[in-house]
Amino acid sequence: MTADKDNLRTRIQQAIQSQKRPTVTVLSSLLAIQDSMGYIPEEAIEEVAVHSNTSINSVFGVASFYPNFRFTPPGEHSVEVCWGPTCHLKGATEILESVLGKLGLDSEGDTGDGKVSFRFNTCLGACSQAPVISVDHELYGNAKPDIVQNLLGSFYEKENLH
Amino acid sequence: MKYKEIASQATAEWAEMTSGRVPLIRIGTAMCGHAAGAFRVIKSLQNYLDSTGLEANIQEVGCLGLCYAEPLLDIKKPGKSRLFFNNVTPEEIEYIVDEYLINEGYPKEKVFGYIGEEGPVNGEDSLESMPGLKLQNRIALRNAGHTSPHDINQYIANGGYAGLYKALTEMSPAEVIDEVKNSGLRGRGGAAFPTGVKWSFLVGSPGPTKYILCNCEEGDPGAYNDKGILESDPHTLLEGLAIAGYATGASNGIIFIRHGHNGPIDRTEKAIEQAYDLGLIGNNILGTDFNFDIEVALTGESYVAGEETALMEAVEGKRAMPRFRPPFPAAFGVWGKPSNINNVKSLSYAPEIISKGADWFSSIGVNQSTGTAIVCLSGDVNRPGLYEVPMGLTLGEVVDDLGGGVTDNGQLKLLQTGGPLGGVLGPDSKDIHIDFDEMRSAGAIFGSGGIIVGSDRVCAVDLTRVLVAFCQFESCGKCFPCRLGMEHLLEIVERISNCASKPGDMDLMKSIGGTMEAGSLCGHGQLGFGPIRSAITHFEEDFRLHIEENRCPTGSCDRPKIVPKNTRPYATDHIAGE
Repeated sequence: MTADKDNLRTRIQQAIQSQKRPTVTVLSSLLAIQDSMGYIPEEAIEEVAVHSNTSINSVFGVASFYPNFRFTPPGEHSVEVCWGPTCHLKGATEILESVLGKLGLDSEGDTGDGKVSFRFNTCLGACSQAPVISVDHELYGNAKPDIVQNLLGSFYEKENLH
Repeated sequence: MKYKEIASQATAEWAEMTSGRVPLIRIGTAMCGHAAGAFRVIKSLQNYLDSTGLEANIQEVGCLGLCYAEPLLDIKKPGKSRLFFNNVTPEEIEYIVDEYLINEGYPKEKVFGYIGEEGPVNGEDSLESMPGLKLQNRIALRNAGHTSPHDINQYIANGGYAGLYKALTEMSPAEVIDEVKNSGLRGRGGAAFPTGVKWSFLVGSPGPTKYILCNCEEGDPGAYNDKGILESDPHTLLEGLAIAGYATGASNGIIFIRHGHNGPIDRTEKAIEQAYDLGLIGNNILGTDFNFDIEVALTGESYVAGEETALMEAVEGKRAMPRFRPPFPAAFGVWGKPSNINNVKSLSYAPEIISKGADWFSSIGVNQSTGTAIVCLSGDVNRPGLYEVPMGLTLGEVVDDLGGGVTDNGQLKLLQTGGPLGGVLGPDSKDIHIDFDEMRSAGAIFGSGGIIVGSDRVCAVDLTRVLVAFCQFESCGKCFPCRLGMEHLLEIVERISNCASKPGDMDLMKSIGGTMEAGSLCGHGQLGFGPIRSAITHFEEDFRLHIEENRCPTGSCDRPKIVPKNTRPYATDHIAGE
């Protein structure tokens, strides 16, 4: 258990120290950890505070402000659905109903088996292709509820092949 | 290396690429191309070329503006014009390559049009004669869809960095500022403040460390032109930033992009690296004594981070919350140093303004709105896209001529402009010109260029509810009138949408809106009531039906309301682990 904790701290420190951009801040360190580990473990808050010479309170204040940070390990796959006004007009509600139904969720969160993490996205930046979803960071425009069903179904099919 | 040497080498490479013996295949891979499946098409193309042993030069390019036609494949065979294929799927690659490149035939099923001096390939139409390109006048986006954002030499071969070279070698900083002032360029981030005047604020501030910040937070749903520029042609921004640095005496440029938008981030960082390698940024730029560094900083997801003082907080790694003003950024900006904040589009005009002159730029556009408008057209239109058109076009021309009219032969019902804090206009707005001042007096703003079209199947109350939900979700929480006001407004709009309004709700909303306007530090709270105000002005009937007849005219409000809730903890006294 202690070894696991040490290992976690080493990974966090590596993420903080391997940042390439010249300006390192609390936010940039948190983003680097989120990118490398997929979430912000409790230990990361402490490590960033030590590295930036600031308080745990201030670091958690930053981490809890930006909704892209999560504090538990993510599911294997990520699904984001845009709910911006263009996507809304072009059928985001139907996509959201379909995705939530398929995943058995009623809002943001992870599926019970830890397979999929679902998030709302305020704008994926491809409004001309609305409605847009992002599955494992690949964008899919002009999404239809049935395409969504197929994409999500493929998470489970791949597993059966092995 | 001298600029002329760099330019002649780049020009020779460009000539070899575009008129060499190998077919040149270009594919749009900006966000619109990505979402339409461009990377899946490239993979299919690469695989098929490998399996057939056919030689071709594949280049990723940006957005030509015709997003509706993405993925857009463009093949230039030696001696022929560029032939375009629209909405290409990975499965269609085999047909196109077989017909056009192997059998020397003509894949007529997929041809979209041609561009080039060599004329039609097989009698098809010129893309440039279609309204989507004909009405455009591309300045900031002049290279988008033509050059690869990954290759600085393609930018230089098309006149890139000539503006910076001219500024550094032929003009004084004051002359550069005068040129920008005389061009009439106004900030494209939303406030439309004259860019040259803004730059002049920084000139007198004490150095040596001064910052030019470039805002590509672009959280506006419905706007993607900043990301479009960075993904299509990042060097035009870097050049503009360096020109601004020279004009104002700044030492550093910071480009601020939202975390997760990897296309713009990766392309910008690669471009910065290439520009350093050629000595176009860094120390002693192009052999002069001008030094200027550029870096990228990322923000977490926060709409308010696009506000200039909140942006500075985020650059410093804090919560993106606005600061009190004064002190103003020119005196006390990021890290307490003098700073100047500009939008991506505003800076991206600078290279061409310097190269071609203020008179050329100010001859485009109307009244006090010179140059072009970079319109992100989305929603219920047949041809959504990223169109750079001269200022002064009417909204009707945008919807009908550029956009090809409303989808499914519907009637135009509403236009949402200027982002979620902008306004909702009715069908009678078709005659309004894209002119910063005219749009403002019509109760909307042009803002950063998003225009969302709604047809008669859209309910104005339902759309307003989503806009208000967005503003509630994004309130940073610093000023209580905005934090509590947005939540209260959302509650009321949801109740109206559910046909369960209470007497006095409309007056209550106006009262809350007034408090927000008076008591908020930044535009988010000050303008947060804007969408409701314009919606109840232009769509009184929709609101009346929900309130008095308990029904939604289109049924949109009967669907489940699935929106996220703002979960920002407003007190900062949480301790991890407790």
